[in-house]
Amino acid sequence: MNGYAGTILRVNLTTGEIRKEPYDPAVARDFLGGRGLGIYTLWHEVPAGTDPLSPQNKLIASTGPLSGLLVPGAGKMDWTCKAPLTGGYASASVGGHLTAELKYAGYDAIILEGVSARPVYLYIDDDRVELRDASDLWGRGSITAEEALKKRLGEDFQIATIGPGGENLVKYACITHDYGRQAGRGGVGAVMGSKRLKAIAVRGSKTIPVADLPRFWELAHAMYRACKEAEGLPAWQRYGTTIVTSWCDEVGALPTRNFQQGSFEHGPNLYGQVMREKIVITDKGCFACPSPCGKYSYSRKHGIRVEGPEYETIALLGSNVALTDIEDVAYANYLCDELGIDSISAGNVIAFAMECFERGILTPKDTDGLELRFGNAEATFAMIERIARREGLGDLLAEGVKVAAERLGRGSADWAVHVKGMEQSGYETHNATAMLLAYMTADVGAHHNRAWAITYDLQVGRDQVTPEKVARVILLQHIRPLFDALGACRLQWVELGIDVTQYAPMMAAITGIERSWEDLLKISERIWNLTRLYWFREVPGFGREWDLPAPRFYKHPATGGPTEGQLTPLETAQRLLDMYYAQRGWDGNGRPTAQKLAELGLSEYA
Amino acid sequence: MRLYADSSRCSGCKACLLACAFSHFQENNPRKAALAIIPHFPAPGNYEVRVCTQCGECAKVCPVDAIPQNEKGAYYIDPGLCIACDACVDACPEGVVFKIPGREAPFECDLCGECVNFCGMNVLSIAE
Repeated sequence: MNGYAGTILRVNLTTGEIRKEPYDPAVARDFLGGRGLGIYTLWHEVPAGTDPLSPQNKLIASTGPLSGLLVPGAGKMDWTCKAPLTGGYASASVGGHLTAELKYAGYDAIILEGVSARPVYLYIDDDRVELRDASDLWGRGSITAEEALKKRLGEDFQIATIGPGGENLVKYACITHDYGRQAGRGGVGAVMGSKRLKAIAVRGSKTIPVADLPRFWELAHAMYRACKEAEGLPAWQRYGTTIVTSWCDEVGALPTRNFQQGSFEHGPNLYGQVMREKIVITDKGCFACPSPCGKYSYSRKHGIRVEGPEYETIALLGSNVALTDIEDVAYANYLCDELGIDSISAGNVIAFAMECFERGILTPKDTDGLELRFGNAEATFAMIERIARREGLGDLLAEGVKVAAERLGRGSADWAVHVKGMEQSGYETHNATAMLLAYMTADVGAHHNRAWAITYDLQVGRDQVTPEKVARVILLQHIRPLFDALGACRLQWVELGIDVTQYAPMMAAITGIERSWEDLLKISERIWNLTRLYWFREVPGFGREWDLPAPRFYKHPATGGPTEGQLTPLETAQRLLDMYYAQRGWDGNGRPTAQKLAELGLSEYA
Repeated sequence: MRLYADSSRCSGCKACLLACAFSHFQENNPRKAALAIIPHFPAPGNYEVRVCTQCGECAKVCPVDAIPQNEKGAYYIDPGLCIACDACVDACPEGVVFKIPGREAPFECDLCGECVNFCGMNVLSIAE
């Protein structure tokens, strides 16, 4: 199977059985790989109504057909499972070198099922696959555990680990790889923890087959050349995602004090330019990436090294909790990484708790004396620790902002900024209707990576509510997640502006199957509709109500910055949904119609 | 002519290894490359790139004179003459004469320049 290793590794942690199964070419054809294989497997193998933290849930680590090949940014792996955070669909993407190494070892994906009686790690060295004792690693931090495994096995092993957050089943625990890259969102690390799987270590030496070698080589040259000649390359290489911090602050999109406003009076302290000068020591790239966004930093103040902080962490653990020193943000980032919790959700949840504290909903009695106010760095660090270890208030906050607000009551739901139970990531959306719609309809909850529409809002007018805006969000929701099925990064297209249609001939050269860019987008739409059906299958009463934005954006106007006094009325959000459902071929409750499913070859899933 | 590497610019992406392996063997497999990247993480937190300096040690130790120079001045191992004693592998001060399973003769950088073409960070260059 060209472009694929051709084998899926199935590991049953209950029985210890390890099976190597052939990759069904029809599934690869119809769902590509990555998140496509993820949802296909989740749908067929995990029974409806499964408890996400039970042995019946499965964790699917999946490469794509581009992974491991000489294609810009071909280093992405998708982790799919039923989400502990939301009870719906989780798919988290991680870069680094894991996905390439797994394919060199001879596997396109790992399906993890059951639960081990004792802590173990999965050892993969080409054909040799074993579950090994990890008792001595249990309880250790993600980065510490990775370092220990590399010392034990060799530097050429690629490692994924969980930290105490995953072991303690924090609902937004992440999986860490390459000293600071994360499959971050939805609680994939908690599912790994529930299976008592501390780590995966992979080394491979095999060659990935390609259908048309001369055509592949020519296209590879052209794609790298396009990246290297891109006008935006030097700035992107220097700052990575932190290049947008200043822009977000200036236009009023930088979440500040739990999304109360989009501009931070100390924002300039956190800008990418300041960070680069102050703490960055090395540019750290993912596999085969000509434009590394990873910035490896050293904080003299805290005596730590950390990959990052990248933009999202700066937004959520910087301005959103009102920290004023980039070194404090770096330290908060380090704590989240080592303890194994998603820095986006953590920053959002802590900001929620700070707002509740300042409004008197939480008191020093609830926080064990901690002055949990915006801007308090020490309190932020302490809460990250307490969440990961489920101590005191941390135990409640470890459930995520939605559940925390439900249990706290007293009107706190108005300050919980989430969609579908997933904490909103780094864009303030009081008045940015495309980005708001992107958050409302993202298939994992309020995450930006499905459709980064904020720049489009600024381009066409942020309060515009037009069919064109809705169409743009849908197009982005097909292009961007397509990369998560192909096993590659979208940022060469997003940030360097390389011609996205080049990926179609590249896929054809690799797989030997001629498909147009439109054909690939159709597959992405198929995957999107299947993930939508999954929500309906798993969440009782799922529908339109679940697509509504956080009350913050329709009930409580922005308190300052460029969007001061502005909000998006609920009726406008409803109008956006009407247009979105109609354009998608979904009914008024947001369920794909029989006609749409037939068009996508999904009738059997109706 | 030789290959130079500025390790301080390297981001560890391995595109150079892929390009090298493809150029030599038409395979997607970074284990078949004639240069190496060694990461040093979590501390100090940098990458070390090892490349052939064309120092000629490999040719000096070869007992059967199987390592001549090509038109660019690069030493290369002639598989027809090589007796697979691996003396060159052991002698290379940079550790960049490589053996791969299923192939008797080791191989080394032939200055084809493809690694330079694919490096996005301008780590690599070929010069006198």
